[in-house]
Formats: sequence, structure tokens, C-alpha cells
Amino acid sequence: MLIPKNNASMMRTKILIKIAESFLKNNFEEADRIPLDLRPKEQMPSRCCIYKDRAVLKYRCMAAMGACPEEETDELKSLKEYGQEALERRSLPKSKLSVIDIACSACIKSQYLVTNACRGCFAQPCRLNCPREAISIVNGRAYIDPEKCVNCGKCHEVCPYHSIIKVPVPCEEACPVGAITKDEFGKEHIDTEKCISCGKCLASCPFGAIVERSQMIDVLNQIHHTKNSVVAMLAPAVVGQFPGSINQLVSALKKAGFDEVVEVAVGADITTRKEAAEFVERMEKGEKLMTTSCCPAYYKAAKVHVPEIAPFVSDTRTPMFYTAELAKKTYPGYKTVFVGPCLAKRVEAENDPNVDYVLTFEEVGAILVAKKINVDECEPQDFSMVSYAQGRQFPLTGGVAGAVASLVEGKADFRPERIDGLTKENIKLLKRYATKGCENNMLEVMCCEGGCVSGPGCIALPKKAARAVGEYVAQAEKLPKEDE
Amino acid sequence: MEKVKVRICLGTSCFVMGASQIQELEFNVPEDIAGKIELVEERCMKLCDNVKDKYVKGPFVMVNDELIEEATYEKVINKVRQVLQDNCQ
Repeated sequence: MLIPKNNASMMRTKILIKIAESFLKNNFEEADRIPLDLRPKEQMPSRCCIYKDRAVLKYRCMAAMGACPEEETDELKSLKEYGQEALERRSLPKSKLSVIDIACSACIKSQYLVTNACRGCFAQPCRLNCPREAISIVNGRAYIDPEKCVNCGKCHEVCPYHSIIKVPVPCEEACPVGAITKDEFGKEHIDTEKCISCGKCLASCPFGAIVERSQMIDVLNQIHHTKNSVVAMLAPAVVGQFPGSINQLVSALKKAGFDEVVEVAVGADITTRKEAAEFVERMEKGEKLMTTSCCPAYYKAAKVHVPEIAPFVSDTRTPMFYTAELAKKTYPGYKTVFVGPCLAKRVEAENDPNVDYVLTFEEVGAILVAKKINVDECEPQDFSMVSYAQGRQFPLTGGVAGAVASLVEGKADFRPERIDGLTKENIKLLKRYATKGCENNMLEVMCCEGGCVSGPGCIALPKKAARAVGEYVAQAEKLPKEDE
Repeated sequence: MEKVKVRICLGTSCFVMGASQIQELEFNVPEDIAGKIELVEERCMKLCDNVKDKYVKGPFVMVNDELIEEATYEKVINKVRQVLQDNCQ
């Protein structure tokens, strides 16, 4: 379960703003004050003391500058030095999610626990239904032997008093692919090979212990300290992520230093066309199933965790791919920055030479705040390329399949099904569909429940964002069929 | 009875710092105050210019004429409850 805006995520936004501000003010000259500013002496500590709070904040600041806390070699290295390192680097370090070990509270291993609501009843359904005989009655109350318990949850289901609760480890619970696990000290670690970069652990950790490398400084550096021109490519989920209209956002971003701003919905229109054609072709060949491929977290999950489904994944490239290709052609020599809700896009971009940087909406928001740009006071500006309704609906669950369906119509039998959110259960479901077959022939898979509007890099409330996207879709014309 | 006016600042700074999440009030209000508030989404109220620490104190919400700094969904709800209680007395 993703927790909505909370102290940990609000602090992340504040840190990004502070870092952007520190860059703009004097290139991180006073960056080491940031943890003190954010946790002043007079405030109540949220961990054991303000010194630990500040130590954790320093690591979070490092991540906001693009460094990885796990790779720290000298604890005395200052934020100023990390900042200077960020300004000097010309290539991006590999994107990854990592755990700040001192912030990880080493949650107790996921387990079922008998609370004092247990009445020590006569029926004892917990004891009788336990398949491992792990439950006995001790001092008039059920007791679970941790050595025998296999965490099946039967006792929890059958207790008439709801006295047995599950105490989860939030990050492990949230990770759909089992990539985050405990070491011998109980601290969590992320296995990069297994990780699909969905960011669910980051959003779910109540201690704010999980961070990923930001590319915000790299982009600001391009804008302020190089002669390079920079083009921002706004993912279709951008609509509703900032107050004001999308056209006002265009000029806000230009004010922030981007030379051009394009819509990735334009690339999504190309994806729609190609994916529809591919679907028709695959069905004609007698294939039974095709899945979408635009969600990079799903793409990696299919490759690494559900190899059975990999052959069914569409070969059509993502909206980001086509947009970047177009942007590099239209604006030769420009640096391209994808702006989206997604952390996994950073990994996709590493394999796409046309995408130079990836920022989240949150990071762009931090830049706007640091530069004191108020979006809804900016003059609206049009995009040079116009997107159609199909491309605009990609960030909503059902949107991609709906877009493809509109072009397949009449050419093949189209039976769509949504996998709305990658969870442990849905990973199993995908496995089953790949091996045992599926009633439908088009699977739309989105890692974030509700679609990209619920991505970990979003600012807006998903409900509000989905509504705004819907209105934006309604304003657009329909993509003409190729033969029209 | 007059409704309690809740004005959420939707300037870019407030929005980015968490005002967006307070918009949950549009969809989800605890039973005891449901129907008793009037939700207004304001353009930048320029409050960030008046406070010493600037945006660090955002997001800003006004409940009737009281300013809430570093507003959250919970803080707003609690303030509304307090105002309703005061009105009753």
C-alpha cells in the first residue's frame, strides 16, 4: 500500500528545493547548513535525537545531489564536496534505489502476532486451523511459535476477535518482485539485479530510508553552466501536476531555463499506431496474446521475473523513445530531459542514447519553487507539435489499451484486459496467463495502480490528476486512421 | 449554520510542498464535518512573501481567518473541528 503525502515524502520535496536553492545561490558553498536548517535545535526530534535526524538528512541530501549513500567512503566528506562533485561530473552515475542503513529502522521480520484482544476461547480456531501446529495456549492466551510459523495467515483469518494481527515490513510488502530483503542485522538491502525501479519501496518506507539518485543538479548544471541548449519532454501524466494550465507550464519551464518544451503524448501517438499495427500482425500470425511495453518497470519485471511472458511483450518502443528521437531530429545538439512521474524511466533512459536526463515532476517542481516561478502567473504558450486524444490518455489505466483499440477496430478481434498495478499477486497472474493462457488477447500492464498519474514522482493527487488528464483527452482530436 | 471556509493556496510553491494532497478534502471528509465546510482553491495568496522563513512554512491554508502553516490534511481537519466547536459555544 502506498502511503499518500506524509512527513517522509514532504521532507523529500523540501530537500530537493533546498538543494536546488543552494545550487542557485552559490554552487553549494553553504550546502552543509541544509540538514541544520531542516532540523533546527528547537524542534522535537523525530528519531532518537536531532543529531541522528540531521545525519539521515545529510544522506538524503546526498541522494538529491545524485550521490548514492551506499557508496559513501568517507563519512567526513561534506555536502559542499558532494555538490562540487556533482557539478564536475559530465556523465550520469547509474540510476539506482538504495537504502540509507542508519535510517532503516530494521522493522521486525514480517510476522503474525497475538494481541491482548485474545480471550483464550474454548473454540480455539487458531490452534486447530494452523497447518504447522505452531499455536499453543500459554497462560490462557494463544501463542505462536516463531520457529514453526510459516506466515500463512490462517490464524489471523479465523480468529473471531480479530486478535491476531499481521505486522508487515512495509518495503518488503510493497516490492512486487522480492528485491528488497534483510541482512543479518535486520537492515534492508535492494538487489539491483532483481529491482524493477518501480519506487514502491521508496514510497512505502515510513522512515524515509529509501532514496534514489536525483538528476536534478545535472540538469540545472546543463542549464546554468554549459552552453548546451536543453529540451524538456513532458510525459502525458504532466497534466494536472502543476497548478495552472499545461500551456502556462510551457512558459514556466522556459523561464526556468529550458529552451524548448515538447509533449511526450506526441510520441505516444506514434506508439499507438505502431502497437496497433503490431497487434494486428501478431494476431494474423495466430498468436494468442500481446502485452503493452510502455511501462519500463513492467518491461524489466517481464524480462527478469516472468520470462514466460516476455515473448508476448510488444516490440513497439515507448512514447519516450519516439519523442526523444523526434526531439533530437528537430533540435539537433540539444540535451533532452524527460520529465515524468516515473523512476524506472531513468533506467530505460540509460539504454536510450536519445534521452540524456530524466526528472520527476517533483524535481521539476523543486526547481520552479527554488526559482520562484509561479506557473499560473505565466503566459500560456502552445506546443509546436500537437498531440491527439490517444496519446494523451496513456497515463490512465485502460488508456493505452483504449488508444490501441481505436486503431485496431475492424482489423482484428480485440479483447483487452488490464493489469492495474504490479503486485506480488499480479506477477503470479502474469505467469499464469503466459503458461496456461488467457481469455483475452491484449494485456495492458501498468506498474502503478491507476496508471502513471499515481507514479512515485507525482505531485498531484492521483484522483485530481486523472480528472485533469481526462479533460485534456476530451479537448483533443482523435488520431486519424492511417487509411483516412 | 454558516460553513467554515477552507481556502487552500494553490501557488506553485504551496502545491509542490503538499497543498495538492490537502485537496483530498474534496473527496474525503470525516463524517462529523462533512457538509460543514466550503472548500476554495485559491491562486497564490502571496503568503510566502510575508513569512521570515518563506516557503519552508508552506503549504498555507486559511480556515476562516486563521492561517495554518505547514498545513496537512489532518491539521486542516483539526482546525475545522476547533472552529466548529468554538462556534457552538
